[in-house]
Amino acid sequence: MSADGQKSDGKTAKTAARARLVLTASSAPRLARHVRLKHDAVRQQWILLAPEKILTPSETAVEVLQLCDGVRTVEAIAGELARAYAAPANAILADILPLLQDLADQGHLAR
Amino acid sequence: MTALLEPPIGLLAELTHRCPLQCPYCSNPLNLETVRGELTTAQWCDVFRQSGDIGIQQVHLSGGEPASRRDLEALVDGAAKAGLYSNLITSGAGLTQSRLERLAAAGLDHVQLSIQDADAANSDRIAGYAGGFQRKMDVAGHVRALGLPLTVNAPVHRQNLDRLDDIIALAVRLGALRLEVAHVQYYAWALANRAALMPTREQIDRSIEIVASARERLKGVLTIDFVAPDYYAERPKPCMGGWGRGIINVTPSGLALPCHAAQTLPGLVFDNVVERPLAEIWASSPAFQAFRGTDWMREPCRSCDLRTLDFGGCRCQAMALTGDAANTDPACSKSPRHGELAALAESESANPPLPLRYRRM
Ligand code: SF4
Ligand code: SF4
Repeated sequence: MSADGQKSDGKTAKTAARARLVLTASSAPRLARHVRLKHDAVRQQWILLAPEKILTPSETAVEVLQLCDGVRTVEAIAGELARAYAAPANAILADILPLLQDLADQGHLAR
Repeated sequence: MTALLEPPIGLLAELTHRCPLQCPYCSNPLNLETVRGELTTAQWCDVFRQSGDIGIQQVHLSGGEPASRRDLEALVDGAAKAGLYSNLITSGAGLTQSRLERLAAAGLDHVQLSIQDADAANSDRIAGYAGGFQRKMDVAGHVRALGLPLTVNAPVHRQNLDRLDDIIALAVRLGALRLEVAHVQYYAWALANRAALMPTREQIDRSIEIVASARERLKGVLTIDFVAPDYYAERPKPCMGGWGRGIINVTPSGLALPCHAAQTLPGLVFDNVVERPLAEIWASSPAFQAFRGTDWMREPCRSCDLRTLDFGGCRCQAMALTGDAANTDPACSKSPRHGELAALAESESANPPLPLRYRRM
């Protein structure tokens, strides 16, 4: 093992810890780089591929995730869905914020 | 089979049985396959293409140590071209910064790095590989620097469980997204070392508490997956998510197995991916049919409400502990052999640990 490897260890280890991503209405989340939203042609459904996990998001979740581009805020996404479904934006925001927070807590979203 | 056959979702590709480490709980068979019989690059890439075609979404590149294959970069590239999400299951041995850069460029999606302990000396002792721990720390740093997601896999047992808090802290320091705290499952090499590795009941209970409190404390920082220990359990695990229900394991020489320990079951006939298309193997290989669904079950499983949830537990454990693979997994409290299991664990864990029998060719 190289001396340089030994030295780098402590440093890398200390600075690399992850922080929790806490979402608010003004956050603009996107899918984490290591997560893929994909249409599964064999099963005819949307799936979310993540490290050693495969989720089958609900229709709503798929629509929300397709809008999570790192530019649109959660509030803006709720607004778009509200217009599309002629539903109150507040109610939609109240639905999608916990959904996104849950995905963030599993490490599937990034800022 | 009454239900319609679902397509498989995951491929466990045991690229090689070669590994410089010698973990005494290695899940590889006692009769390790040699390099001469290993599938070629082209043969693996063909398996990946077929996998993508039949609905497999994730490939776990495993071993042995997959980095022992000089063509690992080409294999990752093949998996990516087949549309598979790739997961490298590694001990860190054989991975340098430049090699990891090439793997990332070839489309590697995720790295799962195993550690034997948070204590360097004990980690190297358990792995039977001097300097291995430091290499793992370096690999973790390179993986994170490349922006790849990292899972730390920590098999736990009597000889490292008392440092579970340190293991969790280490995973956080390394910037891991996930930590697998996996109680050793007693098959293959682990079965041969069971008396040396079996934890005490107190250790198990404590590990459950530690994981529960860490999960709360580290919400959003570290996801902890916990593989519960079978010997002190009341309910068995749905091994492989059910036999022939979602996973295909391919050995280094191309045998398609429903579970990595399936070769311990007498009388099963395995197909080779070089000789038969994967779709056919999935649909009708005798080994996959043997314990698919619930028709093969006896009592108490046959009439149990949980049979479509846990599928009667693990066939290989039933075989190893009761002598018949079609019996209920003795990890289940409804098994007539259940009482023996905890008694065995308690007596083995009460004795001073035996010397480890290291995994060797
Ligand atoms: S468990 Fe240990 S010996 Fe077995 S393949 Fe993994 S690192 Fe190598
Ligand atoms: S009896 Fe069989 S099906 Fe029922 S819980 Fe036990 S192992 Fe599972």
